[in-house]
Amino acid sequence: MKTINLTLKIWRQAGPDAQGSFQTFESGPISIAMSFLEMLDVLNERLINSGDEPVAFDHDCREGICGMCGSVVNGEPHGPEKQTTLCQLHMRYFKDGDTIVIEPFRAKAFKLLKDLVIDRSAFDTLITEGGYVSVNTGAAPDANSIPVPAPKAEQALDAAECIGCGACVAACPNASAMLFVGAKISHLALLPQGNLERAKRALGMVKKMDELGFGNCGNERLCEEACPKGISIRNIARLNREYMRATFCSDE
Amino acid sequence: MSLIRRIIRSSIGKKYIMAVSGACLSLFLLTHLAGNSAIFWGKDVYNAYAAHLHSLGILIYILEVLLALVFFVHILVAVMLYFENLGARPNRYEVKKNGANNWNSRTMPYTGLIIFIFVLVHLVNFHFGERTVTTAEMVREVLSRPGYAAFYLFSLAALALHVSHGFWSMFQSMGLNHPKYNNFLRYGGLVTALVIGAVYMLIPMLVTLNDKFLR
Ligand code: HEM
Ligand code: FES
Repeated sequence: MKTINLTLKIWRQAGPDAQGSFQTFESGPISIAMSFLEMLDVLNERLINSGDEPVAFDHDCREGICGMCGSVVNGEPHGPEKQTTLCQLHMRYFKDGDTIVIEPFRAKAFKLLKDLVIDRSAFDTLITEGGYVSVNTGAAPDANSIPVPAPKAEQALDAAECIGCGACVAACPNASAMLFVGAKISHLALLPQGNLERAKRALGMVKKMDELGFGNCGNERLCEEACPKGISIRNIARLNREYMRATFCSDE
Repeated sequence: MSLIRRIIRSSIGKKYIMAVSGACLSLFLLTHLAGNSAIFWGKDVYNAYAAHLHSLGILIYILEVLLALVFFVHILVAVMLYFENLGARPNRYEVKKNGANNWNSRTMPYTGLIIFIFVLVHLVNFHFGERTVTTAEMVREVLSRPGYAAFYLFSLAALALHVSHGFWSMFQSMGLNHPKYNNFLRYGGLVTALVIGAVYMLIPMLVTLNDKFLR
């Protein structure tokens, strides 16, 4: 198996209020079949064996569906591969001798906890402001009793692919969460079950998004480029419409 | 009143304000361009166009005040957005890879600032101050100075860059994004920005390069 040697420049920060800085490591031989997180595991094993503090990073499923992983790799959230989470990024995309700069997602609304680990509970707070339906939707078979046009269902499912990893916020020059909120608003507003509460949802989520300190969308499109699930900014346009519709035409 | 306050406080409300004021400014930009194009037919046609505008009297005055108001709102909200966005990411990235084609959107606040300074200079040049010569003579006088011609060309390039993002962006902000017409908005916006920039820039270029222009 082919191996490569890399220079890793990783952000180290002991705690939320500690002063952080970059620390440089030589990776040693890394198999190109490894994932990016496995490469970090190898580094951490070495650090632990020599009594040093391992690099803290988030992960859970390691199969690209949970949204826990993610760092900015050479200036790109989740690294250079399109529509790929960091856990699904493989070392074959790097060359022997490369220097890789690894930084945490940075935003005022995402507090840095340690090294590459950030607190994304701002997204959970957003969901509590309307990212759900509160009507009884019945059991699974009941879903089939409500007709939904296939193109609408497709679009709702495309939006529902969002795993809440925060790469959109990390990529946005303004640290805006509009792609995330747009995806949540869309996936519910497009379906009959979510349609009922769409005005309240739009107003509540946008208000909370602003309060949490996320920035304003400038239509720069870096979010959709960074999104590991390929969520389109068409969902932001829908969010804008939903918000205005709720502001002017609803009783909320 | 509370509705207006709610809109201006919210991120999406501000997007709509930028988009609607930007659309008004774009309409002004197009009418101003169409009117000024009279200059390519020579000084008599151009002076006649200017005289016609002035003959509108109170109407032109009202439109000027409205335009100034739209500029004020566009700039005020732009400044608010700029500072809010700075605050949303207090810690910068060491390495930041920008998308292949977002340098026009990235520079919106800076091209906007250049346009603002340009508008002030432009008004001092042609709007305020003593009027002793015809409009065509005034244009010749200002733009035949190389410093002014260069400043006009530079600012107009910044304007073209600003609207090359803005023309598409305002539709997206207003919620108009559909595969049916996205390419039209995207490339139509770019082409319109290019044409507007080129025609405006033709005026200082003609004055500089052609001694007989406007004589
Ligand atoms: C004739 C002059 C101008 C025209 C035609 C124009 C047009 C536009 C348009 C169409 C947009 C897009 C709105 C959107 O994204 O929804 C825009 C955005 C913007 N404009 Fe202007 N503008 C002009 C002057 C200015 C000036 C003088 C400034 C500032 C001093 C400025 C600052 C901005 C900024 C910062 C944005 C981006 C807002 C955002 O982040 O969404 N513009 N402009
Ligand atoms: S660890 Fe679950 S998406 Fe990467």
